[in-house]
Amino acid sequence: MDFAFVVTSLLKIVGILVVILTMVSYAVYAERRVSAFIQDRLGPNRVGPAGLFQPIADMFKLLLKEDFTPRSANTFYYWLAPCLAVMPAIITIAVVPFGSTLFGVPMVIADVNVGILFVFAIASLGVYGIVIGGWASNSKYPFLGGIRSSAQMLSYELSLGLAVIPVFLLVGNLRLTSVVRYQIEHGWFIAPFVGDWTNPWKWLLAIPMIISFLVFMIAIFAETNRLPFDLPEAEQELAGGYNIEYSSMKFALYFLGEYAAMITGSAVIVTLFLGGWHFPGIPDGSHGWIFGLINIAVFFAKVAALIFIFMWVRWTLPRFRYDQLMRLGWLFFFEIALVNIFLVAAILPYTSRL
Amino acid sequence: MADQTPSPQLFNVQIDGVWHQFPKGTRVIEACARVGVFVPRYCYHKKLSSPGNCRMCLIEMGFPRLGPDRKPELGADGKPIINWIPRPQISCAQDVSEGMAVRTNSPLVKECQRGVMEFLLINHPLDCPICDQAGECRLQEFSVDFGNSKSRFLENKVKKPKNVVLGPRVTLDDERCILCSRCIRFCQEIAHDDVLGFVDRGSYTALTAHPGKRLENNYSLNTVDICPVGALTSTDFRFKMRVWFLKETKSICTSCATGCNTIIGTREDVIYRQTPRENDHVNSCWMCDYGRLNFKYLEAENRLLEPQIRSDGNLIAVDWPMAIAEAALQLKQFAGHEIAIIASGRMTNEELWLTSQLAKSLGVQWIDIVPRRGPGDDILLSEDRNPNTNGARLILRPTSEPGAKLTAIAEAVKSGEVKALMILKENTMHLGISVEQLARLPALIAMNVLSNEATEKATVVLPACSFAEKRGSMINGKGRLQRLNRAVRPPGNARDDWEILRDLLQAVGGGDSLSSVDDVFRRISETVPQFAGLTLSKIGDLGVHILQMEELPTMRPSDEENIEQAVAIQARRRAVRSH
Amino acid sequence: MAITVPRPKLNWRERSYLPAIVAGLAITFKHFKNMLLGRTKVTMQYPEQKWDSSLPDHYRGAPALVQDEDGRVRCVACQLCEFICPPRAIKIIPGEIPSADRFAKVEKYPEAFDIDMIRCIFCGMCEEVCPEQAIFLRKDYAITGFTRADMVHHKEKLLEIGGVMHGVVLKWNEKK
Repeated sequence: MDFAFVVTSLLKIVGILVVILTMVSYAVYAERRVSAFIQDRLGPNRVGPAGLFQPIADMFKLLLKEDFTPRSANTFYYWLAPCLAVMPAIITIAVVPFGSTLFGVPMVIADVNVGILFVFAIASLGVYGIVIGGWASNSKYPFLGGIRSSAQMLSYELSLGLAVIPVFLLVGNLRLTSVVRYQIEHGWFIAPFVGDWTNPWKWLLAIPMIISFLVFMIAIFAETNRLPFDLPEAEQELAGGYNIEYSSMKFALYFLGEYAAMITGSAVIVTLFLGGWHFPGIPDGSHGWIFGLINIAVFFAKVAALIFIFMWVRWTLPRFRYDQLMRLGWLFFFEIALVNIFLVAAILPYTSRL
Repeated sequence: MADQTPSPQLFNVQIDGVWHQFPKGTRVIEACARVGVFVPRYCYHKKLSSPGNCRMCLIEMGFPRLGPDRKPELGADGKPIINWIPRPQISCAQDVSEGMAVRTNSPLVKECQRGVMEFLLINHPLDCPICDQAGECRLQEFSVDFGNSKSRFLENKVKKPKNVVLGPRVTLDDERCILCSRCIRFCQEIAHDDVLGFVDRGSYTALTAHPGKRLENNYSLNTVDICPVGALTSTDFRFKMRVWFLKETKSICTSCATGCNTIIGTREDVIYRQTPRENDHVNSCWMCDYGRLNFKYLEAENRLLEPQIRSDGNLIAVDWPMAIAEAALQLKQFAGHEIAIIASGRMTNEELWLTSQLAKSLGVQWIDIVPRRGPGDDILLSEDRNPNTNGARLILRPTSEPGAKLTAIAEAVKSGEVKALMILKENTMHLGISVEQLARLPALIAMNVLSNEATEKATVVLPACSFAEKRGSMINGKGRLQRLNRAVRPPGNARDDWEILRDLLQAVGGGDSLSSVDDVFRRISETVPQFAGLTLSKIGDLGVHILQMEELPTMRPSDEENIEQAVAIQARRRAVRSH
Repeated sequence: MAITVPRPKLNWRERSYLPAIVAGLAITFKHFKNMLLGRTKVTMQYPEQKWDSSLPDHYRGAPALVQDEDGRVRCVACQLCEFICPPRAIKIIPGEIPSADRFAKVEKYPEAFDIDMIRCIFCGMCEEVCPEQAIFLRKDYAITGFTRADMVHHKEKLLEIGGVMHGVVLKWNEKK
C-alpha cells in the first residue's frame, strides 16, 4: 500500500462525503420543491435565491433545537440508533464506481471483487437504526414502526438479491467496475440500443433485464422506506413512526440517513442497470481529465434523475396497506425475480458468442 | 290559612281538564303549581299576602252547572258540565272550592297574559344589558314565554327617578319597577318595619320610602331577592358580576346559631353574593343582611396564606409537613395538664370531633369554646352568634356549659400553669389574656383564617379555611344538623381545618387514616348516638333535626363509657375487615 | 346487518394497476411541468402581496370596541360576549358611571376590557351577541407580539382598532 494510494483514497473519501452530504441536504430541499410543484404550490422560496439556502437554515434550526431524551428510553441504544441509520447508507457508496478515472486514479473508493455483496451486507444494516430506535424509544408508535420496518426489510431484501443475479450471470463477476465495463462494451442492460444494437439476442436479453430493473427499483423503494412503502413512519397511522421520540440533531440524522439511503440506492441502480458513469459518445478519463470530470458529472446526473423519480412516485402514489405490502413482496416480486433468473439463464447460452 | 283539623277536607278541582284533590284553603295558584301547571305571577309570593295587583296570574274559572235538583249536570262523557265565568279571575287571591274548574292555557288566558305583559312593558326601560336582574328577571322570562316579540308603543316613556338610595344596602331604579308591592308587603309583614310605599298616581306611581324613613332594617336585602325585576338592587352586588356567571353552591350561613340556608354565588373562586335558600324548618325564604354580607373577610388583607413557625423570634413561612411536625413536637413536650385548647363554636362537627380526639390523645383537660353573643331579634337573628354551639355541646362534651371553663383557662395561662396553648379559630383578647402573656408561652399554636393578636404571637401558625371553603356539618340553635359545602377554593396554602387537625392528630401519635371529611363524619356517627345512621351526604340540602332542645346533653359518666365501648367495637370491626 | 360493498370486476390490464400508475404519474408530472414553466399561478406571495384591498365586508378579523358619534364607548359591560366567547378570551371588569357624567343614564361601562388574542378564534360570536352594537370584528388579521402579555388587547387597543362607528342604532335616546 503506497503513499499515493492512501492520499488519493482519502481525497476520494472526503470528496464523496462532501458530495453525498450536500446532495442529501439538497435532496430534502428538492423533495419539498418537487412536492410543492406537483401540488401547484411554491415550496420553500424565501431563504436565499429561490430558497436555495433553505437546507442551511434547516441545519441551524435542527442544531439549535433542544436535544431531548425521554426518561423512559434506553439511553445507549437511543443515542446509537440514529448513527446506525446514517452510517450504512454512506458506507455503501464506497464500492460504487462514480466515475472513470481522474489523472489515472480510478474513481471508486474500494474496487473490491465482492462489490455487490458488500452493498447488500452493509445496506441491510440500515434497518437496525430503525428497529433499535423504535425499540429504545420505549414508546408505542416508534415500536410499531420498528417492527414494521424489520418485517418489510426482510421481505424485500429477498427480491432485491434475486433481482440482481441476472446482471451478474451476464457479467461473470461481482465487481461493480466490471458491471460498468461490461455495459460500456455491450450496451446498457435496460437500453440495448446504447452501444452495439445490431445483435438480436441483446434485444431478447433486455426483456428479463427490464423486469430485473423494475423489481430491483421497487425493492429499493421498500428498502429506503419511501412511499408507497413508508409504513414504518406512516404519519397517519403511527404519527411519524420510529422517529417520534427523536428531536434536534438525532432526528436530523434519521432524516439524513433516509435520504442518504435513497442516494446510494440510486447510485447502485445507475451502476447496475444504467451504465454507471458511461454516456454514449463521451470517452473515459484516460482521454483527458476533463472527460474524467464529465464522467463523474454524468454519473451524478443519472443519480439525480433517479432521485427525481423517487420523489415523483412519492407524490403520486398512496401508501400500501401492510398486508398488501407483504403479499406484493412475497407472492409477486419474489416469484418474478426467481423466474427471471431462469429466463436469463435460458437465454444466456445463445448469447455467449457476444 | 292551613286547615286546622287533623284530616283536612279535600276539594275536587279540575285544572286544565284534569280532576285533582286539594285540601281546603289551598290557593288556586299553589294548587296549579302542585300539579305542575305554572301560572305566571309578579306580585304573588307564597310567604306574603296576596294583593292581586299585577294581574299576571289571570286564569279562567268555572263551576259545575247545576240542574233543577241542585246536582251537577253530567255531560256525554259522564263528567260535570262547567259553567265558565266570562271574565278572567286572578288565581293568587282565590282558594280552591268544591267542583272548581280552572283553565290556565285557554285563548282568553293567553290573550290576557299578552295584554298584561304589554302594559307592564310600556314604561319599562329596555336596559337589560346594564340591569343586574337580567338572567333572573321574571319580566324577561315571562316576556319570552307569554309576551309579544315587538313593542307597539310609540309615545315617550315616563321618566322616573333612577339610582335612588333607599337605604345603606339597597338602591332603587324606579323606572324598572312594575309596582308589584312585594317589597312593601315584606317590610310590613316580615320585617315589621313599614318604610316603603307608593306615591303619585297612574303611570307616575312610584315606589319610595316614607318621608324621613330609610330602608335600613336588618332584612332589607330580602326585598332585592323578591323583587321580580331589577328595580331594587343590592348596593353591594350592583354591577359587580352578571348572575349567569355565578356558580351556585348550597350552603348555610354561619353568622349566628340560626343557620339560615343559603346559596353562595361564586365565580372563579371569588364570592359575589349570598342569597337565602328556602327551608321552612329554618329560615323560610329569608336571611338577615348581617349574615348575608358577612363574607367579605375572606379576601381581607390579613388573611393567613402560609403556615408559619417561629424561628429566632420571627415567624417564617414553611411548608405544611414542617409546620405540622413542629406543632406536634411542641405539644408533646408538655404533659396533658400543661396544655389548654381553646376551640371555637364556629368549627364544624368534624373539626370539633378531631379536636376532642386530639385533646384525648394529649390528655388535655383544659378545653372549651368561646361563647359569642350579640343582640338577637325575633325574626331570624339569634343571640348566640356561634353557629355550632350545639355541636360543641354534643361532640366536645365539656363538663359544663360552653364557655364556663374559659376564665379558669385564662387564669391558668396567666399563672404559667398552662405552658402550651392551642387557639383554634378564636382570638384570646377578650378572655383577659394579654399579648405579653401570650408571648411568654413556650408553645402557642394558632389556627385561624385571619391574622390577629394570637397568630402574631404564635409559635406555629396554621392558616385554615372559612365557611365557604369547606365541607362539613353544624347543628343550629334549634338542634338541626345542616351541611356546609365548599363554594370556593382556599387562597394560598390555606388548608381545610379538618385536614390540619387530622395531620396534627396523627403527628401527635394517635389517629388512623381518615381520608375524607365524610370519614370523619362516619366516625362521629359511630360514637355519638344522636348522629347514628347518618352520613354527610344523607343530611341533604335541608338538614335533619337531631336534637330536641329540652334534653341538652350533659356530661354523664356513662357517656364516657359509651364512647370507649363504641371505639372498642369499631376497632374490632376494623380488625375483622382487615382479615 | 353487514352490507357487502360490490366491487367492480377488473380485467387483467386494470388488475395489473400499471396503466393507473402510469396515468397517475402523468398527471403529477403535468402539474410539476406547468408549475416549473410558470403556467400555474395560485400562491400569493404574502408579505409582498396582500388581500387587504379585496377583503370582503363580512371578513372576520380582530374584534374591537367602537365609539359612537358622541365619543361614547358603546359597551355597557353587560358581559354577554364574555359569556358567549367559546375560548373564553374576553375578560371584562364593569364600572359604574359617576352621576355627574354626561352619560350617567347609561350607568355602566367597562372599566377594563381585555381580549386575549392568543385565545381568540375569530368566530364573531361576540359581535353577534352584543346588544349594544359595541363590538365588531374588524379587518385586522396580523396580530403579533413578542410575549403573551403583548397579545392581550386592552381597552385602549381595542378602541384604537375599532374607531368610531357611524349609523348604529341609538338605543339611549329619550324614547326608549
